Amino acid sequence: MNQETLLVGLAGVFAAAAPIIFAVMGETLSERAGVINLSMNGTILLTAMSGFAVAYTTNSLILGFLAGLLIGALVALVVAFASITLKQSQVAIGFVLALTCRDLAYFLGSPFMGVNGPRLQAAPIPGLSAIPVLGPLFFRQEVITYVSFFAIFIAWLWLYRTRPGLMLQGIGEKPAAAYVRGANVNLMRYVYTVIGGAFIGLAGPAYSLGVRAGWMGTISGLDGIGWIALSITIFGGWNPVRAAFGAYLFAFLQWLGLVLQPVLTQVPSQVLQVAPFPLMILTLLLVNIGNAEWVERTLAAMPESARKFTAKLLRAMRASPPAALGVPFERD
Amino acid sequence: MLKTKAGRFIFQLAAFLLAMGFVSLILLATGASPLEAYKNMLAGSVGSMRKFAEVLVSFVPLLLVTAGLLITFSAGLWNIGVEGQIVLGAIGSVWVLRQFVDSAMPPAMVILLSILSGMVFGAVWASLAGMLKTFGGVNEIFGGLGLNFVSTALTLYLIFGPWKREGVASMSGTEPLPDVFSLPQISDLRISPYALAMALVAVAIVYFILQGTYFGLKIKAVGRNIRAAYLLGIPTWQYSLYSFLICGALAGVAGALQVTAVYHRLIPSISSGYGYLGLMVAMLVNYQAVWAAPVALFFAALNIGSIQLPILMKLDSSLSGVLQGVLVLFVLLTEGVRQRFVKKA
Repeated sequence: MNQETLLVGLAGVFAAAAPIIFAVMGETLSERAGVINLSMNGTILLTAMSGFAVAYTTNSLILGFLAGLLIGALVALVVAFASITLKQSQVAIGFVLALTCRDLAYFLGSPFMGVNGPRLQAAPIPGLSAIPVLGPLFFRQEVITYVSFFAIFIAWLWLYRTRPGLMLQGIGEKPAAAYVRGANVNLMRYVYTVIGGAFIGLAGPAYSLGVRAGWMGTISGLDGIGWIALSITIFGGWNPVRAAFGAYLFAFLQWLGLVLQPVLTQVPSQVLQVAPFPLMILTLLLVNIGNAEWVERTLAAMPESARKFTAKLLRAMRASPPAALGVPFERD
Repeated sequence: MLKTKAGRFIFQLAAFLLAMGFVSLILLATGASPLEAYKNMLAGSVGSMRKFAEVLVSFVPLLLVTAGLLITFSAGLWNIGVEGQIVLGAIGSVWVLRQFVDSAMPPAMVILLSILSGMVFGAVWASLAGMLKTFGGVNEIFGGLGLNFVSTALTLYLIFGPWKREGVASMSGTEPLPDVFSLPQISDLRISPYALAMALVAVAIVYFILQGTYFGLKIKAVGRNIRAAYLLGIPTWQYSLYSFLICGALAGVAGALQVTAVYHRLIPSISSGYGYLGLMVAMLVNYQAVWAAPVALFFAALNIGSIQLPILMKLDSSLSGVLQGVLVLFVLLTEGVRQRFVKKA
């Protein structure tokens, strides 16, 4: 493999990860506020279909993305209403929406299956795209990929460098304390769930108008992406930068599977495509195992030198969810 | 009034009507006649004995999975990995059947062994999610989802690798198993009375475990309040694992029956989404075993009834999924509204 094809391949990894970035950023914001939006898998399919359908009928890519944004926000609003106002299980409502939105996408999308519609074109940034190595890697992408880079930055900035972002962390960690300090916890949860949903809603059109242009119904290959994005959110430890790293790692592994296929001929290609999933479980295990009680007990029994090292290692990998994740807030 | 059985029933009826109304609006929006669609679905599911037998074929795995999920739900666990547990059950069943293709063992014995093997495979796969949860701190939803993907990979590997069809490996699955390894069917209908009986017995056993045994009571205690159960001396992690094992075993039987009673080989989508559908049924019956069978039958009828829709009305057959989902959604929402009123009153 020469340098040229390698660069094109790696640039493709950034493009392929763009939709996952939107989904993961949206889910991170939502979960930071204490609401799990489990509907993601359905939302991505529904917004992919509707984004494509709108762009196809109006011949406007922007309207397609707006449709995705709006529908993502609407689905999240249902999650917020059911879990915050009606105090139903977030997992139950999210899971039902995940299945329902998926089937709704297949049902409503059937007239648009396989038709040729508009799609994004690469938009090299003048000047920057001429830089060796970095140019082809980052600056010859589609517009939506640039937006995905920007989304990571905004999410990080908002969460860690602004006052409302600090409040957001509090709402997910210690809602009672945030309430005392003047935050309207439930309203903020509504707001962040809906904004998060809008982010997730961008993921669909980012596929159907970008990296996987068009709508192919059940063979679109998009079913399952939302569940992956959910795992990446946890892998990311609810930190936008670490989550983005997870999304890129996943896209990179999938690309690696494709590249290695001619080399590993005895392994069926279908197996290589799902190879990232066992790795995902393993990473989830590594991220979570530090929270397990028996690990702490084992650590305490270890000799001093080994314990320090192991504890440090576990702490570096470990990620704990926002303390109030999934817990309804009541004022009394 | 809102707290009584009648009050609950009124809210559930309202949910049903709202769901039907919502789906009718969607149908109208696509330019189709809702009435015609429902009529076709009814005719497609109970219009003839043959069609009703198909409904029962779909009812068997759905009821088995739902029965298992009632146990994990009672223990407060979201066993989303049930889909993969069905797949592993099917793999375990095919594996045994392949060992005895040219043996002198009586076929009935081989089939029984293969179902038992499916049961064990399903339970072992479920225990992985259970151990990830209890020892690794990995939420069962995420562990289960990951394991589902792995099980799909395993199926594809077997179909395209070691168990591939002589000559060409393809998505149509492995080489069909000999006819003697099929569960007997009722005359020329596709439904096997043995499979049906197993599903009904399974749900009866689950009902008994949950309502009539100390074991079931402990499982429910763990589900209600794990901290309190622990303080009362119940070894909570063990009971979590037990419930995973039972659910996995039942899902494994469902997978084994998909092989021995329906497909007679391993196919890529052997679980056919019954695991996820079972989660929906369990939610809809509010985790009460009594209602599992009728609701599972209704969902199976919707599945089969929608198969003809693409040919008859050019509507996608995913309409059944939309109907099922919207129904559960409205039941959850109206239940929330009811609880709100109860609290205010």
